[in-house]
Amino acid sequence: MPPIVDPKKCNGCEGREESFCEEACPGDLMYVGADGKSHCHAARDCWDCMSCVKMCPRGAIETKMPYQLGYHKATLRPIMGKDSITWKCTDIHGKTVMYRYRNRLERKG
Amino acid sequence: MPRMAQNPVNLDAVETVRVDCDILIIGGGNAGCFSAVEAAKIDPSLKVVIMEKAQIMRSGACSAGMDAINTYIPEGKTPEDLVRWCRSQVGGGPLREDLALSNARELNEAVDDLERWGLPILRDDKGNIRYRGAWDISIHGEQLKPIMAEKAIEAGAQVYNRVACTQLLMHEGRCVGALGFGVRDGKFYVFNAKATINATGGAAGLYKSYTADATDSHHQIWMCPYCVGTGYAVGIRQGAEMTSMEQRWVATRTKDFCGPVDTISVGYKAPIINAKGERIMRERYAHLGADKAPRYIRANAPMEEWLAGRGPTYCDTRDMDPELASQMMTDYLNERPSFVLFLASRGQDPTKEPIEIYGSDPYIVGGHTQSGFWVDLDRMTTVPGLFAAGETAGGNPNKFVGGCAAEGKIALRGAVQYIQNLELPDPDPAQIEAEKARVFAPLLRGQDFDGVAALEMEERLQRLMDEYAGGTSQFYRTNEERLDYALKHLDVLKDQTRFLKARDLHDLMSVHEVIDRLDVAEVLCHHLKFRKETRWQGWQTRADYPDTDPAYDCHVESRRNLETGEIETFTRPYEQIVPGDRYKP
Repeated sequence: MPPIVDPKKCNGCEGREESFCEEACPGDLMYVGADGKSHCHAARDCWDCMSCVKMCPRGAIETKMPYQLGYHKATLRPIMGKDSITWKCTDIHGKTVMYRYRNRLERKG
Repeated sequence: MPRMAQNPVNLDAVETVRVDCDILIIGGGNAGCFSAVEAAKIDPSLKVVIMEKAQIMRSGACSAGMDAINTYIPEGKTPEDLVRWCRSQVGGGPLREDLALSNARELNEAVDDLERWGLPILRDDKGNIRYRGAWDISIHGEQLKPIMAEKAIEAGAQVYNRVACTQLLMHEGRCVGALGFGVRDGKFYVFNAKATINATGGAAGLYKSYTADATDSHHQIWMCPYCVGTGYAVGIRQGAEMTSMEQRWVATRTKDFCGPVDTISVGYKAPIINAKGERIMRERYAHLGADKAPRYIRANAPMEEWLAGRGPTYCDTRDMDPELASQMMTDYLNERPSFVLFLASRGQDPTKEPIEIYGSDPYIVGGHTQSGFWVDLDRMTTVPGLFAAGETAGGNPNKFVGGCAAEGKIALRGAVQYIQNLELPDPDPAQIEAEKARVFAPLLRGQDFDGVAALEMEERLQRLMDEYAGGTSQFYRTNEERLDYALKHLDVLKDQTRFLKARDLHDLMSVHEVIDRLDVAEVLCHHLKFRKETRWQGWQTRADYPDTDPAYDCHVESRRNLETGEIETFTRPYEQIVPGDRYKP
């Protein structure tokens, strides 16, 4: 299930030794190419855990369903807060649902 | 961490890095992180190193997050009660009740730790933990992995990210660390340790996933596809005793997506139905507990319906009120977010249309079922100096997050005991050079070498296992002849690993992953062949021996004979420690 990188939004995390998506991918699938943009070098090996999507500071990555499993085109986007996450999901009929919840509590230890 | 290094021109160009430490932890997941935190509690002067194939903040099975802690003992219940439930979930055993009990005594504290570190556990208005079943509590665990990783780093563990383990380092029959290579920097790593805790993930990708055909997604599976069984493989190669490898984890999963659904069906009371709308569990499995039947029964039931011509099968979510459905979607967003995208891409509202379910491909996961290393109470394997925790430690099913965390702590305490007054020997240069040559060979064969790609061998293995060793396409059934065929071809594949070639360092990692999978698959087939009965339908179904045979009410064990290279199988007796009816929770 390929993560799709929008080259207009991606800057390869310029100035960082490693882009955030490269760092996050548990499968070592992301890399920054000679064009300075992030790419996935084995889209079929993606687990769609969405770690790269969550980590991207520019919202440049989208997880897509392979067409053989799901129709064109639904979207799911996470917006990361300091201690919360908001998900925006739009289905193939254009219906949008938002989910927001705390993903961190104040640390006590 | 640098970006991917160039391929070395020859073996001499590969830099060797040596790291000495007190305790090496292979795998910075749940169990590994808890080991590191426990080490700092016991003795902050201990030098602890974590060897991690990915990046510890978002690695492995917990990378997508988690929506529940499946075992947390409520007030009024005891660790013994939890063991009774675990035992009933594996059809009355056999299981290692001594191990299960020691995990159960500690797991609540580990879960409380997670909450103190910032993990949101859902509570009602009165502050009571909200249960989603008898033992299962809901969390908003999107940040679970970073939360535990931060704590391990804070505890002072030195983390080596992007280093793949390929072999154990041995000295006079005991384990003194591990060897591996940097998948980004191309260096060869020698971790020399007084004790080693094997805390990698389980083994996914031994079997073909049915969605692998003709889709752009070959990793549409439930367990993390980057957990390939390396932890088991490195031990198997040193002759460690393995237990219960035939008890595979097969679970009811959403069809075409392989998202978790069985705990949802129980927790949200969305019953399993067939194409005729019949409540399968109540209609056909009432004598085994109906909707609360053991997990292997629940996993196998939908597939039996398909076989009988009553598929498709569903989780009937249509009676859910919209608020409950929204809660369910939030659960998914915490653990398998793209499932919500999957439903959206089908234009599906689960309150109007039920969720279709099917069986998963089989996995070897000792944190769920009980495959893995035979360990003592300190979690030491039969290889001295090598400890196992979490998915790699066998005999002790239904550990899940809390039990794996507890086991990480127990293994660490065992390791600390073991290293008292222990001298760290210098690593054997011959062993290091031999492994370095083996590891880098596929990269040094040259791009013109007429060989085999990791992907080709992986797909050959997965099809072989699927069709001959009881995969999804065969409704998990196998027989003596099919297993003989699988073993014959596994031998060929193992011989053909000398033809494997890699394009770059990432590819080199894939090459070693497929080699590891072969070692685990071989042991698995021997275990399946030994158990000439059907004890856990779905998890272990012998078409030629469809009934349970009391003669096999024991643990099936194996060990590689280091002289002949053969896998030898034998048994160990089951010991009931916790009183009560074995078959009832």
